[in-house]
Amino acid sequence: MIEETEVRNPRPPLPPPVRRIVVDSPPTVVAPAAVDQSAARPERSPAGPERMTLDSLSVFYGANHAVKEVSLPIRQGEVLALIGPSGCGKTTLLRTLNRLTELTPTARREGTIALDGQDIDLLEVTELRRRVAMVFQQPNPFPMSIFDNVAYALREQSRKRPSKPVVQPLVIDALQRAGLYDEVRDDLERPALRLSGGQQQRLCIARAIATRPEVLLMDEPCSALDPRSTAVIEELIGDLRRDLAIVIVTHNLQQAYRVGDRVAFMYLGDLVEYGPTEQVFGAPRAQRTRDYVGGAFG
Amino acid sequence: MAVAPHTEPLKPLRPPRKRRVNESVRTWRWSDRIALVLCWATGIALCLIAGAIVLYMGVKGLQFLKLDMIFSRPQASADQQGSGGFLDPILGTVLLTLIGIVLATPVAVATAIWIVEYGRPSWLARGVESGIEIVAGTPDIVIAIFGLALFQQGLFSPLSFTAEGGAVFGRSFLTAGAMMSLIALPMVFGATREGLQAVPMHLREASYGLGKTKIATIRRVLLPAVKPNISTGAALGMGRIAGDTAIVVVLLGATLRIDPEGSIPGTNVLRGTGGTLTSYVYNNSPAGEGNAEQKAYAAAFVLLLIVIALNFAVDLIARRGAKTGLESTRLGA
Repeated sequence: MIEETEVRNPRPPLPPPVRRIVVDSPPTVVAPAAVDQSAARPERSPAGPERMTLDSLSVFYGANHAVKEVSLPIRQGEVLALIGPSGCGKTTLLRTLNRLTELTPTARREGTIALDGQDIDLLEVTELRRRVAMVFQQPNPFPMSIFDNVAYALREQSRKRPSKPVVQPLVIDALQRAGLYDEVRDDLERPALRLSGGQQQRLCIARAIATRPEVLLMDEPCSALDPRSTAVIEELIGDLRRDLAIVIVTHNLQQAYRVGDRVAFMYLGDLVEYGPTEQVFGAPRAQRTRDYVGGAFG
Repeated sequence: MAVAPHTEPLKPLRPPRKRRVNESVRTWRWSDRIALVLCWATGIALCLIAGAIVLYMGVKGLQFLKLDMIFSRPQASADQQGSGGFLDPILGTVLLTLIGIVLATPVAVATAIWIVEYGRPSWLARGVESGIEIVAGTPDIVIAIFGLALFQQGLFSPLSFTAEGGAVFGRSFLTAGAMMSLIALPMVFGATREGLQAVPMHLREASYGLGKTKIATIRRVLLPAVKPNISTGAALGMGRIAGDTAIVVVLLGATLRIDPEGSIPGTNVLRGTGGTLTSYVYNNSPAGEGNAEQKAYAAAFVLLLIVIALNFAVDLIARRGAKTGLESTRLGA
């Protein structure tokens, strides 16, 4: 009986209203409310050559238009941070860049993505994913040794697998660049799943950069990690961007501000704003951006 | 600041669910209390039954089992002193189990991979799954009779003994093992399928994200990940094969000794007939011809030990699989 009354308990007739921000004066360009601009962050790097170009890219899941006509450049030597509220299409956009959305049977894509001027549809998908590597939200090392995790990425699908002496220097190099080697050098044969969460995520980064990709995609790489591991990974992102173009999806505006050279703000599938980090956070052009970086919704 | 302060907290959509703090059995309905008692009672009763079987067979077995029985061959003799041990049935059990599991495992694993990783068209996948369910549900004596009908065809004459008139005998370790594989196949299939389904999707995506093909992902990531599941299924299947009697009686001949057929060593045993511990127990029990209860008890005890050892192996494998840490990723932690 008690159960039933609980179930019948009426929901509010309408969802609570989204808190609107009262703009009584033209926005003054100062620190946004949610972002502490005094936080230390590395120097912005000058924009490098364009690695990927998105031209009016749309992604549909069935009838759902998840990403709407997005056009963006992705440049080497800089970190592009994708921000936006949940379900705004930023992860979908990221996964489209190395055609992982194709694993979803209902997904459909329109518009073009070019990697170094070449349409990615014309590339072998395995080659594309070697050149545009991905690090996921959840640290997901394979249930094998640390060494094998990285070596797995390096081994081609050839009939003859390269021997351990051939792969070893490449594995060590990848682990060094991911800042993990000093912690695991004693025992590379340890199961990767015994590592801590932050170490696992750095192993996943090592695995992703082992094939020397041109673009590194990161889908909220720190959301499952504690603050210390997050700081280590953010520092690593700063180091890595010299050789790569990095696209990072993040829910954490502080993080976007710390690591991003450029920021793209998405809302309900639209690319609302794209620009240098200081501009997007300090002087957003669009009202929705201003609301979001001001912490109004999301 | 252009931003208005928003201090009032958002109201939750519904009030938090009320929960009784001190729930005790006293507040339960009578029917629920009775059901709870029955759950306890059935669980304990099963433990007692299992304990009684092991205890009874242990007492009887240890009473009659002598070490030389395991190492001496059986003799056809009316005299209990002269009828020997049961070396041949033990070897027959081991050989038949090996043949069955070697045939069943690759087929079952391949089928499970197809079902979980491909599974299209879906009507075919459903058909395959119901096919395996039918095999799993078929009584072993029916499988045995079907096997006899099948392997007595002239096509299969190399598998067994051919009489002078050209009639194919259809009974041998090979034919019995082939049908035994059907007994083990659903176990291995089920365990492998469950293991594959438990591998989180993001592990596959991680592999695809590194530019690996589906087949490389299966070979290098999924198969190693489900190895403990395959082993568990295989051990369970071996237990089923070792414990089966009907197929032994119909398709292996249930002879006292292993009777090789033909002259080529190795294949002659495979093509020949024999018996296992189950058929030995049956034949020596008061129901069979031997009427040698003591030998039956001793052999039954050995059989029970083999099957319990296999079950113990299942536990061990499962626990070791948990230690590799894969369980934590399966839970998404």
